Amino acid sequence: MAGLVGARIKRKEDPRLITGNGNFTDDIKLPGMLHAAFLRSPYAHARIKRIDVSEALKLPGVKAVFTGADIAKKMKAVPAMWFVTGADLKPKPRSPLAVDKVLYAGEAVAVAVAEDRYTARDALDLIVVEYEELPAVVGQEAAMQEGAPLVHEDVPNNLALVWKAGEIPDEVFEQAEVVVRQRLYNQRVIPNPMETRAAVAQYNPGSGEMTIWCTTQNPHIHRMVYSEVLGIPESKLRIIAPDVGGGFGAKIATYTEEAVVGCVARELKQPVKWAEERSEHFKATTHARDEVIEIELAGTRDGIMTALRVKNTANLGAYLSTFGAGCPTIDFGLMVTGAYTIPRAAVVTYGVYTNTTPTDAYRGAGKPEATFQIERAVDLFAREIGMDPVEVRRKNMVQKEAFPFSNPMGCVYDSGDYHLTLDKALEMIDYQALRQEQEELRKQGRYIGIGVSTYVELCGFGPSKVAGAIGFQGGVWENSTVRVHPSGKVNVYTGTSPHGQGTETAFSQVVAEKLGIPMEDVEIIHGDTQSISMGWGTYGSRTTAVGGAAVAIATDRVIEKAKKIAAHELEVAEEDLEFSEGIFQVAGVPGQARTFQEMAKSANFAWNLPEGMEPSLEAQSFFDPSNFVYPFGAHICVVEVDGSTGQVELKRYVAVDDVGRVINPMLAEGQVHGGVAQGVGQALWEGAVYGENGQLLSGTFMDYTMPKARFFPTIETAFTETPSPVNPLGAKGIGETGTTAAPPAVANAVMDALRPFGIKDLDMPLTPEKVWKAMRNGGSGE
Amino acid sequence: MTKRTEISVTVNGVAKSTEVDSRMLLVHFLRDEQGLTGTHIGCDTSQCGACTVLLNGEAVKSCTVLAVQADGGEITTVEGLGDMQNLHPIQQGFWEKHGLQCGFCTSGVMMASVGLLQQNPDPTEAEIREALEGVICRCTGYQFIVSAVQHAAKLLAESGSNAVDQGTVQVGEGS
Amino acid sequence: MIPSAFEYVRAASVEEAIRLLQESNGEGKLLAGGHSLVPLMKFRLTTPGKLVDISRISELRGVRKEGNRLVVGALTTHSQLASDPLVREHIPVLADAARQIGDLQVRNRGTVGGNIAHADPAADLPGVALALDALVELHGEDGQEVVEIDGFFLGPLITALPETSLVTSVSFAVPPEGTKSVYLKYPHPASGYAVVGVCAVAGTDPDGVVNYVRIGMNGVADVAYRATAAEQALLGQRATAENIREAAALAAEDGEIGSDLFASEEYRRHLSAVYTERALSQILL
Repeated sequence: MAGLVGARIKRKEDPRLITGNGNFTDDIKLPGMLHAAFLRSPYAHARIKRIDVSEALKLPGVKAVFTGADIAKKMKAVPAMWFVTGADLKPKPRSPLAVDKVLYAGEAVAVAVAEDRYTARDALDLIVVEYEELPAVVGQEAAMQEGAPLVHEDVPNNLALVWKAGEIPDEVFEQAEVVVRQRLYNQRVIPNPMETRAAVAQYNPGSGEMTIWCTTQNPHIHRMVYSEVLGIPESKLRIIAPDVGGGFGAKIATYTEEAVVGCVARELKQPVKWAEERSEHFKATTHARDEVIEIELAGTRDGIMTALRVKNTANLGAYLSTFGAGCPTIDFGLMVTGAYTIPRAAVVTYGVYTNTTPTDAYRGAGKPEATFQIERAVDLFAREIGMDPVEVRRKNMVQKEAFPFSNPMGCVYDSGDYHLTLDKALEMIDYQALRQEQEELRKQGRYIGIGVSTYVELCGFGPSKVAGAIGFQGGVWENSTVRVHPSGKVNVYTGTSPHGQGTETAFSQVVAEKLGIPMEDVEIIHGDTQSISMGWGTYGSRTTAVGGAAVAIATDRVIEKAKKIAAHELEVAEEDLEFSEGIFQVAGVPGQARTFQEMAKSANFAWNLPEGMEPSLEAQSFFDPSNFVYPFGAHICVVEVDGSTGQVELKRYVAVDDVGRVINPMLAEGQVHGGVAQGVGQALWEGAVYGENGQLLSGTFMDYTMPKARFFPTIETAFTETPSPVNPLGAKGIGETGTTAAPPAVANAVMDALRPFGIKDLDMPLTPEKVWKAMRNGGSGE
Repeated sequence: MTKRTEISVTVNGVAKSTEVDSRMLLVHFLRDEQGLTGTHIGCDTSQCGACTVLLNGEAVKSCTVLAVQADGGEITTVEGLGDMQNLHPIQQGFWEKHGLQCGFCTSGVMMASVGLLQQNPDPTEAEIREALEGVICRCTGYQFIVSAVQHAAKLLAESGSNAVDQGTVQVGEGS
Repeated sequence: MIPSAFEYVRAASVEEAIRLLQESNGEGKLLAGGHSLVPLMKFRLTTPGKLVDISRISELRGVRKEGNRLVVGALTTHSQLASDPLVREHIPVLADAARQIGDLQVRNRGTVGGNIAHADPAADLPGVALALDALVELHGEDGQEVVEIDGFFLGPLITALPETSLVTSVSFAVPPEGTKSVYLKYPHPASGYAVVGVCAVAGTDPDGVVNYVRIGMNGVADVAYRATAAEQALLGQRATAENIREAAALAAEDGEIGSDLFASEEYRRHLSAVYTERALSQILL
């Protein structure tokens, strides 16, 4: 059907979800199913002296209680999956449940399994654990100090990795006209998808097959890892991601609990379910960011940026999480120069172990931090030389003629027109008028701030050979099979694993448009390792750019074969056939045609196929892109700071994004809204706070501020479309634009508002008290 | 000492009498005992509202209500709002305006919105945002949720009916 | 989050509720809307052996006018309070404050009696009750007793309510003719509880001299309190911006100002002054 790609089409996913017929992991109920609950350490760092489960075992309804030592005999440790090349990485094996020591508050030490979830919960209160509390270390800078408590005894200075890229001699900065130096903190945040983690495992002792339903963004990676951990061959291990209630990176990691659920299901020969509670989630599921970023930016008085040197001290938490090492190194470091033609850049990242929940990807993973530091740096530089920050951006942004553009870290930006998105955003917000209004309001003692963020991000993971070169323990190509049934109805299988993105709709649009059939005739199948041979999942804004490309290519292959059959049946040369709106038409001969559905039947019945052609109509594509894709855009935010209280009100937010070809503008806008809300959330409200002893103080939705509806004005969105040459759809990636662009846009706006007070920088989140104190003290937040 | 209690409730129009653990939360009663898994649990501090259902026509957080407290009451869950043949205006609004992404918070947000429209059939954008104080959505940034509620209000006004009455399913249809 | 097990009993009358509490030997707790109690039970921060459900005692529901007071039954929900015609007519600030409690769903379940008896210092009604000279009607072993709200709140989650008594109603004084009232709140962005909540009732004589003022504060201290220092400073003064500012600066004087992750003691003191100034300005200028 023509006109599908690029249209605002209602989602195919919605009917089941709006009627309560979704199927999330905790909705699954199997006959004889038991319930598991994990006992977690109240201490951030402690030796486990003794565990006594005898009272718990006496509770009626309790089937079993396993300690860390019990579990360690039955399964292997879950490894990390990104061994960043050249980073002197010191990964430490993590036993599934803590055995001798706990290294962060919330680490699981035992699991109780009972007939129902209430009894399982009651059992936890009856397990006695004797701990010897040890000194804990929370902050990464403190952890690197001599004499700091060691998280892992054999890792000196808690230094898990040191990664370097590029080098700039000191002379460059000594001789520069202008140098801006700033310490920035990209604070620890908690992804908090609304569905917490959950797993249901079922084991067949006869066949040795296991199925685990779990809340994952990448079931095939889970199959690969859990197969090894549980000692079940991949051929007998099936991972299913049913409906998944958001991920934002927190459901990438291969955690231990889901594997433990599999382990105990095998042990007890009964299905077992575990559903994480929110307060458990706060401690047990990965956190993100937490990077102290020190920048030195050199430039000229007339506004040209010439060199950037960055030191990132990243808090990795107590263990290396699945992709944890990659976020502050590769993901961050390769993009530090942002959308600008800064010719020289150098980055060093220190990854540090602390007694905190491990950190890993969160919507953007490294790129938001990279964007934050460069966008803040640009504003600081502009202020230093007395130039409008928009002007500095214009002078330094990559020109559209310069694509493909290589940044100093070797990334080749695929395509773009950065000035176009900036101009459009400025026009939408009416920048000049706003600046005048700002001046006038300042005279009245009102503080309006305007913040700009012109970002570019690296998305669409990615070429697998690059993955190999950077130590990623897997490929990042994507897989799709397009299977046409005799009726002409189509199943499309994808190795991506959506959890809210609307992929079923977007991919259906692509396939239905190509095949010229109604969208209702296309079903997208995802999230099941049994029906999909292989795939790498959904993260890094790769779904459409890589997964969608595979879908498009496989669909083209189906058309190619159907065309051959049509030509054979019509007794014409393939070149004489035109395919449009689902019909193979002999050019210029009305009536001489075959429908796609007819060819589906012909192919499947195979009564009369061209010589040598195999039956059936099905094609597969394994698409490994030649490059990443680089979406970009300009976000502008207007805030007003209350001079008496420090409260920041978000007054306007304009987002102009270029994500290449837009498949469904409605879904794209939804992605922008959600991403911006999270990005604004990081800038203004969200932040994981630990006490000195390693207790998570912001451990519930009472203390950790999730963005709410009343915090926002209408977010104004627009798109420009610069197709990517990297994939046949021309698509880039939309998922992470908001979390990447928004934090610096908001921070820049608040700092702009606070200019009359001489305030240059404050740490996020820009909470009222912090802003108020800075205003009062004229510069510092403390 | 009895720790179980007999209750009679009407769930989506179907009368049920059963004995429950006195401490059972209404949300667990609905999900685990009645198989109505459209209602979800997103937090444990009564903040997120994913568990919102209608109890006697009012939006309540079923994670903060004991099943025994609902005794004698009428409960409407998302399953009772409407089905694909007969969508409730709020469901139409959410579908039409892309008011959901992952869909996990959606049932609760829709039920809270029904609660709002019951009290205020023609809310302003600010009133809608205010009324969504008791729900958390991590996906949408709320903008299309606001559009969805506005759309539902319009549909309700056109049909001249009330948000809660719209949602009462016939006896025997509850599943 | 799952509460630990308990025995559940239902009281048909106030007398039965008192008897059931007595029989529980200190193990019992009253259950009305459950919106203060159930969350604590889910975290097992409280593990009562017995819950006495009073939510079906219908005479404890509803609002009536008695003289210059509105008597609000303990089981009246916040949403009922917000929309009650008597409340809206006679004490609109009470309706307005009720509308700011928690969220829509919470207001549908949470009760006035529960709110007052729970004595959460960050709840909205305690400060409002103080500014409206509320009286709390209690029923206990020794029968009925009416106590003044000032003195009822003893500490965070601690009241003067005897263990085997229950709050049956809370009555609020209709503010004197010629006064205006307002409740201004800065809600914690996550929890929705008041970081600062100021309820001010004030009026002036024909010469513009303040002749009536009540200021109830919640959110800032470990217990809700009357800002008497600020009241005294303003009483008898002309209602000018300067006088209001000076009086408002004393808003924190009567409280043990608290501190948490979101707002330090210093900041809460500051907010007390700012919000009190804004509240008073709104009704007096």
